[in-house]
Amino acid sequence: MPAAPAPEGVAEVLVVVGAATYHRRSVRKRTAFPMLEGVRVQPIISIRQLSKTYASGFQALKPIDLTINRGEIFALLGPNGAGKTTLISIICGIVNPSSGSVLADGHDVVREYRAAREKIGLVPQELTTDAFETVWNTVSFSRGLFGKSANPAHVEKVLRDLALWNKKDNKIITLSGGMKRRVMIAKALSHEPRILFLDEPTAGVDVDLRRDMWVMVRALRATGVTVILTTHYIDEAEEMADRIGVINKGELILVEGKTALMEKLGRRQLTLQLQAPLVRIPEAMSGYPLELSADGLQLVYTYDAQGESTGIDVLLRRLAEAGIDFKDLKTSQSSLEDIFVSLVRERA
Amino acid sequence: MNIYAIRSIYRFEMSRTFRTLLQSIVSPVISTSLYFVVFGAAIGSHMNGIDGVSYGAFIVPGLIMLSLLTQSISNASFGIYFPKFVGTIYEILSAPVSAFEIVAGYVGAAATKSVALGLIILVTARLFVAFHIEHPLWMLAFLVLTAVTFSLFGFIIGIWADNFEKLQLVPLLIVTPLTFLGGSFYSIHMLSPFWQKVTLFNPVVYLISGFRWSFYGVSDVSMTISLGMTLVFLLICLAVVWWIFRSGYRLKA
Ligand SMILES: Nc1ncnc2c1ncn2[C@@H]1O[C@H](COP(=O)(O)OP(=O)(O)O)[C@@H](O)[C@H]1O
Ligand SMILES: [Mg+2]
Repeated sequence: MPAAPAPEGVAEVLVVVGAATYHRRSVRKRTAFPMLEGVRVQPIISIRQLSKTYASGFQALKPIDLTINRGEIFALLGPNGAGKTTLISIICGIVNPSSGSVLADGHDVVREYRAAREKIGLVPQELTTDAFETVWNTVSFSRGLFGKSANPAHVEKVLRDLALWNKKDNKIITLSGGMKRRVMIAKALSHEPRILFLDEPTAGVDVDLRRDMWVMVRALRATGVTVILTTHYIDEAEEMADRIGVINKGELILVEGKTALMEKLGRRQLTLQLQAPLVRIPEAMSGYPLELSADGLQLVYTYDAQGESTGIDVLLRRLAEAGIDFKDLKTSQSSLEDIFVSLVRERA
Repeated sequence: MNIYAIRSIYRFEMSRTFRTLLQSIVSPVISTSLYFVVFGAAIGSHMNGIDGVSYGAFIVPGLIMLSLLTQSISNASFGIYFPKFVGTIYEILSAPVSAFEIVAGYVGAAATKSVALGLIILVTARLFVAFHIEHPLWMLAFLVLTAVTFSLFGFIIGIWADNFEKLQLVPLLIVTPLTFLGGSFYSIHMLSPFWQKVTLFNPVVYLISGFRWSFYGVSDVSMTISLGMTLVFLLICLAVVWWIFRSGYRLKA
């Protein structure tokens, strides 16, 4: 595949996976993770033909194949009821799969559940905590449950990182919703997992926690932890993820590096600020995908960034010929929101 | 074996006990003491002894069993029902723990609690009536065996129950009547031959009979049969628990 024009310092890196398969991976140069470049990307979760039909007969997951790479932040993006929680629950052992298999760090999550689950931390979607235990005890409990010997220093670090330290002796029931959510994250991190699942981590969460959570997620990734989050907020996936899987009605529609996804499917828009307002788009320009703003001062041209030619040069020449002058121009990329909407529409 | 997990669950459950000391220890002790006051001291003094044992002493093993059964069931059933009810069960299900480890933690804690309670009641009873224990080791063995068996049974109820009524249903409608009719307050030899036969279908008869034998050396049915029946019930509970975890029944979708 030819290298795409690289907006915002994006580089395409070709990485070898296994013996014969090639995965494309986008790395942002500026926010870069130099250790990833040229390094073999290893799968940490391999999902093969995984499907789920609930006892009610409802098929929540159609057979899914997905590989998640070690050390990446992967966002599972889809509307409510798409099957995100179902997928995570199967990997974590809370729901039995109907068919297919999942390897977590090389271990089958059903047959070798012990080895697999030791590596995994889960922060579920629903806010569910004990009530009468103290924060310290509930986090220490989780660590023991996952087979780790007591390590007060680690528990302390987790609690401090999550701004819970001064609440360590409080009963959970006395905490606010946001604090309880922090406790759930602390529990999930108590046993030093290598894979962290965050199911709708910022749904109904205040700004502070949201910001702290992203700081934490990036810090975790810096230590090599793989983070898989689900969201139905596109900006969240866009902001956080290295790669995005789009899921709808139990089907994984596509999986792409975030930047590649934006380039591949993102349409760009050229906005021209006109010198003088236009009443309507001139006849001569009728063949172009142009839109005129209500005040007649902005002309918006939509084009495909991946196309052979963007057509901008010709457009600008035609505008000059038609005597339309502009004083400024800017280009912008359509948001993931637009991409998602068009993807879902395409599939419908 | 994930020893840390067993220990974590066990400790968690025990700390729940200490938080609710009044409810889990004090209240059963008080209600059992009332039985001793009424049946042992007040009514018992007007009654003839049974099998050469004073009536007050005769009812001690049965009353301990009554508490042991109801407390084992309610401790263990609540212990596993509550995480299911509030949703914190997700953590147990997603942890690297085997069915055995989960059961060891929950049932171990419930059984510990009811054995402790049984011993406390035993000591309390001594304040009201005089009795002796002929086979203390067997007494302890029956105590532990029954506590474990009925904690397992409670664990099964806690998994089966999907509302609080069901949680209360089995102890209230089955276990308490069976215990009252199982010879806590009388020897089954005092019944007519027909009812003696019927009573033998009540599993609690064997528990109480065996337990009473360990105190006074006398029993309604032979001690070996009592022991055998208790073990059979234990095995049935183990088999059901094994099936629950294998099938994911009421635990996993
Ligand atoms: N235990 C269950 N029994 C039957 N259907 C279920 C169960 N859990 C979830 N579903 C259904 O499966 C679909 C996917 O649910 P879920 O995985 O929670 O979606 P998401 O997390 O993407 O919102 C939904 O339509 C939901 O109603
Ligand atoms: Mg969900």
